[in-house]
Amino acid sequence: MFETEFMRLALGAGAVVGVLAPAVGFFLVQRRQSLTGDGIGHVAFAGVAAGILLDVAPVLTALVFAVVGGIAIELLRSRGGAAGDQALALVFYTGIALGVVLVSSAGALNVDLFQYLFGSILTVTRSDLALIAALGAVGLGVVAVFYRALAGVVIDEEGARVAGVPIGALNILVAALAAVTVALSMRVVGILLVAALMVLPVSAASRIAWSMRSTLVLSMAIGLASALVGLTISYYADLPPGGTIVLVAAGMFGGCSIAGALRGR
Amino acid sequence: MPLAAELSGVSFGYRPGQRVLEEVDLVLGEGEFVAVAGPNGGGKTTLVRILLGLERPSGGRASLYGEAAHHFSRRRTLGYLAQRSELGGDAPTTVREVVSAGRLASGLFGPMRRRDRELVAEAIERVGLATQADVPVRTLSGGMQQRAFIAKALAGGPSLLVLDEPTTGVDAESQESLAALLDQLHSDLGVTIVYVSHEFGAVERFVQRIVLVRRTIVFDGAPAELPGVWHDPSHVHVRD
Repeated sequence: MFETEFMRLALGAGAVVGVLAPAVGFFLVQRRQSLTGDGIGHVAFAGVAAGILLDVAPVLTALVFAVVGGIAIELLRSRGGAAGDQALALVFYTGIALGVVLVSSAGALNVDLFQYLFGSILTVTRSDLALIAALGAVGLGVVAVFYRALAGVVIDEEGARVAGVPIGALNILVAALAAVTVALSMRVVGILLVAALMVLPVSAASRIAWSMRSTLVLSMAIGLASALVGLTISYYADLPPGGTIVLVAAGMFGGCSIAGALRGR
Repeated sequence: MPLAAELSGVSFGYRPGQRVLEEVDLVLGEGEFVAVAGPNGGGKTTLVRILLGLERPSGGRASLYGEAAHHFSRRRTLGYLAQRSELGGDAPTTVREVVSAGRLASGLFGPMRRRDRELVAEAIERVGLATQADVPVRTLSGGMQQRAFIAKALAGGPSLLVLDEPTTGVDAESQESLAALLDQLHSDLGVTIVYVSHEFGAVERFVQRIVLVRRTIVFDGAPAELPGVWHDPSHVHVRD
């Protein structure tokens, strides 16, 4: 498996996304915004379509659309007066509808589009991996620097607001981080499954962890293991990598749930 | 006595025409221990939210230490235990992690400094949870969970501590010990405490003043001066 360059590159990209997605998803899950990643994924689909239509790298247009969509979801949720789930639904459907119209206009309802919908980790190039690694490192760095503030807001948002913590700015930061993660993860598991890597490892970790910090670290380890094990299985069993990675993550969630239940007895 | 907070002619409604509070005048001196009581829906929580600058009054003026409450510049000196304080998120979170969140205003970036860790340990010790410091909060009793949140509010070194319904869901014995703890904190630290509750409960013995709220303030005085019929705050009626 390691002799082929495409697998080495795939494992590298999978490792970065496997660690980054749960690290960012952790803060969404803890604030009961697990579906935000999915909403941003739908907007990223419109970005991919715009890239195809304008003949610009779809990953870049997806990144721009995802960041704008992520911030829009956060602003609608916090200031627009719309209930959180309605804000999400608005962005979900607008994103997917815009994507369908743009893709149709570009005449691109074809295999190229499918690689963004379902992932195409085996086609990752060296320059793709360099971009994923660089943005992934920035994302993880931001999480490390702001961990205290983000965790504090998760624990007691109202108390933090009274103490003068800039809640709005931190929420925008999380939305932007989630958008970057979605854009990077698109090549690994695809837009349709992108949120799974942000949510499942975190849910799995919280079943067996003993503190907030250990939940974050374990979720990153589970995300990394899901990506590497999923890719290995897909290589030897000739299965689609994106779906296999997510199924492994779902399996880990099941395993952790059983372990947590047994420990609680 | 220098003032910690002042509400002057405050009125408020969450939508036009609604009057949750009307012509509220209230003065809190520094170092006072005050209970704000009244029936559910009487405007207690709204009153403290205005006091803390979380809501702006539609009429009148709210100030903290002489500054407009919603523009108060020294927010890190405020400690707040919100109504039905419960842990956000599903991750198991230890007492130490909860209390550490109280040091947030001292710095948002990077790891906690040594001094922050010392203050967190001190706050945990003060509320009597030293042996449970690394235990997930959700595994503790309701009373102990409230102690953890009080420690979180204390960790920031507040000069004003506001607790909104801190005894909801807490058994009678824990209410007693919580009230005694607040009395101890008041004596030891000299912090101004505003204790909001729909009932006086155990705290009546310790507070210097009781303020009864039902849309407006219907009583403001020492516990001993409180008319007998009002010892059950659900009986408080608006003055005609």
